[in-house]
Amino acid sequence: MTQTGPRRLHNSGMEDESRDQSPSSSTGMRLIVPLQGIVQGRGGLILGSVIPCAMFYFLQFYLKRRRSPPNPPEHHTSSPPSPAPSSSNLTELSRSASRSNLLMSRGSIGRPHVSSRVHCIAKSNDSPYYIGLDKVSADPYDSFSNPNGVIQLGLAENRLTLDLIENWIAEKLNDSILGGGLSVSGIATYQPFDGMPELKVAMAGFMSQVMGRTVTFDPSQIVLTSGATSAIEILCFALADQGNAFLIPAPYYPGFDRDMKWRTGVELIPVHCRSSDNFTLSIPVLDQAFNQARKRGQKVKGILLSNPSNPVGNLMTRETLFSLLDFAREKNIHIISDELFAASTFGDEEFVSMAEIIDSEDTDKDRVHIVYGLSKDLALPGFRVGVIYSYNENVLTVSRKMTRFSPVSAPTQRIVTSMLSDTTFIKDFTERNRERLRAMYDLFVEGLEELGIGCTKSSGGLYCWCDMSGLIRPYNEKGELDLWDKLLNVAKINITPGSSCHCIEPGWFRCCFTTLDEKDIPVVIERIRSVVETCKSPS
Amino acid sequence: MKPNFQNSANNPPETTAGSTGIFTDMRVIVPLQGVVQGGGSGVVLGSIIPCALFYFLQLYLKSKNRTGDDPSAPPPPQLPEISPPGGELQRAQSVRSIWSPRGANGQAQVSSRGSSVIKHPDSPYHLGLKRASENPYDESRNPDGIIQLGLDENKLSMDLVQDWLMVHTKCSTICQELQINGITAYHPFDGLSELKMAVSGFMSQVMEGRVFFDPSHMILTSGVTPAIEMLVFCLADVGNAFLVPSPYSPDLDRDIKWRTGVEIIPVPCRSSDNFSLSTTSLNRAYNKAKKRGLKVQGVIISNPSNPVGNLLSQETLYNLLDFATEKNLHIIATEILAGAGDDKNQEFVSMAEIIDSEEYDRKRVHIIYGLSKDVSLPGFRVGVIYSSNQNILQASKKLARFSSISSVSQRLLISMFNDSRFVGEFIRTNRERVERMSSLFVGGLKNLGIKSMKSSRGSYCWADMSGFIRPYSEKGELELWEKFLNVAKMNVTPGSCCHCIEPGWFRFCFTGLTENQIPLVMERIQKVL
Repeated sequence: MTQTGPRRLHNSGMEDESRDQSPSSSTGMRLIVPLQGIVQGRGGLILGSVIPCAMFYFLQFYLKRRRSPPNPPEHHTSSPPSPAPSSSNLTELSRSASRSNLLMSRGSIGRPHVSSRVHCIAKSNDSPYYIGLDKVSADPYDSFSNPNGVIQLGLAENRLTLDLIENWIAEKLNDSILGGGLSVSGIATYQPFDGMPELKVAMAGFMSQVMGRTVTFDPSQIVLTSGATSAIEILCFALADQGNAFLIPAPYYPGFDRDMKWRTGVELIPVHCRSSDNFTLSIPVLDQAFNQARKRGQKVKGILLSNPSNPVGNLMTRETLFSLLDFAREKNIHIISDELFAASTFGDEEFVSMAEIIDSEDTDKDRVHIVYGLSKDLALPGFRVGVIYSYNENVLTVSRKMTRFSPVSAPTQRIVTSMLSDTTFIKDFTERNRERLRAMYDLFVEGLEELGIGCTKSSGGLYCWCDMSGLIRPYNEKGELDLWDKLLNVAKINITPGSSCHCIEPGWFRCCFTTLDEKDIPVVIERIRSVVETCKSPS
Repeated sequence: MKPNFQNSANNPPETTAGSTGIFTDMRVIVPLQGVVQGGGSGVVLGSIIPCALFYFLQLYLKSKNRTGDDPSAPPPPQLPEISPPGGELQRAQSVRSIWSPRGANGQAQVSSRGSSVIKHPDSPYHLGLKRASENPYDESRNPDGIIQLGLDENKLSMDLVQDWLMVHTKCSTICQELQINGITAYHPFDGLSELKMAVSGFMSQVMEGRVFFDPSHMILTSGVTPAIEMLVFCLADVGNAFLVPSPYSPDLDRDIKWRTGVEIIPVPCRSSDNFSLSTTSLNRAYNKAKKRGLKVQGVIISNPSNPVGNLLSQETLYNLLDFATEKNLHIIATEILAGAGDDKNQEFVSMAEIIDSEEYDRKRVHIIYGLSKDVSLPGFRVGVIYSSNQNILQASKKLARFSSISSVSQRLLISMFNDSRFVGEFIRTNRERVERMSSLFVGGLKNLGIKSMKSSRGSYCWADMSGFIRPYSEKGELELWEKFLNVAKMNVTPGSCCHCIEPGWFRFCFTGLTENQIPLVMERIQKVL
């Protein structure tokens, strides 16, 4: 280097000057290499390397900042196509696609521009899950008034115990809203956004009763929101930044795609579970998904699990939960445990709450957050009461502040408070609810078995997860959606195809049986049979 | 120049030796110079090489950071019980604390937006609310408590609502045509269509029938706060900005900025213009934002203005629309207080009216309405988005899943609104009471020598106390506020919380009081002055 250097300098064109006078030669050089002037000053060695580095660093920073906003839309646009092409045969789907195209173009021509995130949401092609739901609400089955309507098996809603709730409300409604020595100022005035203290106490009692067993829940760790949907979104806001990711065992509840991603800009990375393992979560698969995400440069902030699992309906064992906790600790990530169906269990297995696991640990309580709600276990989805239960003081603070965006309405809080405080009613309710669920599940599964359709063994939830892979042709997502379409339009039954739940194996369907009456079951089975036979005949 | 040279070569004796010697010398000292000096490509190489080195350094650090986690990861699971987790955590901590400033302690981290919410300091407005709710005034039980004048809440007509609820609660929730199914089951997230009809009827009634609100252009949310947030989500991306005439509601900062990542650019209005909005100041704010590189997506106005309480005149609204059209902006008009109070001199003009009659693009105007103030039912948490923009409606409908209203409240409201006799009487009585209260309160202030803005509607008055603050700055204002809170035991909202550009203004919400409390409030104010 020392020898080549001078020779090169001679070629630089400034050689005459440099040979004449050493000082002026340095000026010449400075002209050529912009940084040299500074480099040659005191501390040249350091400055000479630091300055370009700093500039480069800022360039990177600038590029990153510039790149980040367009990034999420890119992801969104890349995700919808997967359902789109496969579903292009379906009339509804193609129509909704064209509608959104129209929307898009109008948005770009029409002068006032909306945000790019709104495009993602308006454009997000409805998955079969939502199309089915819409179809049912447009033409609902009723044994008398509309016997040719679509039967709802796609919505996890429990109507088996409506009579119990009805009796209670008929008896206690007025007292619970207005009574108890409280005047209207208790319900009409501003209330704390994160829920009234009385309701928190009642909720903690209820949670201890239905899912605690050995643990008691602390009212001060509860934040109430308008439904579990917003509970999950708030947690997501609190735990992750735009572009971060959560691992989620798939198949998972189709609504999570909306709950977790839309406004928060967070990504979901499915961790695929297979039928061969009975759709249980294994840590190596989790680890693999984690590492892949890392390699892609994504920052994984946590795991979102539902226990009892929705849509499969199985429970997580104590061992799985412990190893999950170990995994989370090792990677320093959070766990959101969605235990919405905790009391809607009917199998022999026992439900183990994450709270129970964390209770026996001394450390790491602050990485576990539980989501609960009354929509499923108390069959009150219309009331919109969701719960965040966290051990992390920071998360609780953020959540409390964010409940300003989704508070529970005061009259509802009053009713729910007195309902939950009525422990004899709750005890009676949960017991009878379990019995009825069990009976309904047995009936429904038996009916399906007669048709040769098997289900995974499930012990919780309001649904069963059935294997119709023998009925689909071709054996892929398209075949699955064809069958779904037939069931919806020919047999007039709305069920949720596995692809909406991001199941990796085609041919699985989620059927919710709790909106039915016992006498509806033969009708449902008959309707499924009609489609099953057409599927079987060619083979 | 020569000194330069000498300095760079840390070897002064040799510099004098000869030019060629110098060059070699320099090359030795500044490692890159040799390469840099060669050929015409010097400029390029001289900058690229350090960059590349730096890049590789970053890459190395990153990979080290990653592998630093992995190899050490396997052991802990094998080790049983409590002690390894602790050690594990510490290790994770040390790795993180070096490379990311956020990972200060090895505990599970909150997101950066989460921690910014935590760190976001409580403004005097929120501090005051907290203090007042911890130690509320009660005539008999807690006469030394803090009187709440900071919360914009109408308790004047509570008795009417109470009477109605006493009679109708049960019937409205259950008996009413359907069974229990109607309230426990899932319902459309964006509100029951019956309630939309009822609300649109009520809104028309409040506007005295001048406007018809189309129920199909309505989205119901659980409160005004989520309604505003949802609109902002729909209209702007992270880093975009909205122009907001200041002083503005102290809640707006949280409502808009926290989760959406949108900025607010205040458009200062002054007392000399009666705090009314002028197009010149709008233009100035817009240009300033442009200069800062911010993309302005719209204007958020409140009409009647909160905290000032004045109405935007028809002319102002036209000007605003012209401005929005020219700059291609959206307008979010919060008309939450439209029904409260009455004024013979000036008529309330809704944005919906103007849009109805004129040639303006309806798609850029979005109205927010709520029942918190007009029907004095803030506990029910009902907000309304009214827009003619199909894009926005569709998106909001989908987003309503995050803040839908409980069916119980919806049922109650449906039957309440359908009881048109009650609604008519309520609106009338409520207006009378608010007006009476307003004149009493303003009169009381006047007796103390405090001038307040001529407020047309709204449940508060905007008082000028600039004569009582020393120094004449935000500091003086906050000192007075503190005196109010700690000495006089009353919570008021200082203008600085509302981003008022002039110090010394305060907002007093008087609708939480009863008539006989007014002398007490005046007494307490006097104590401070």
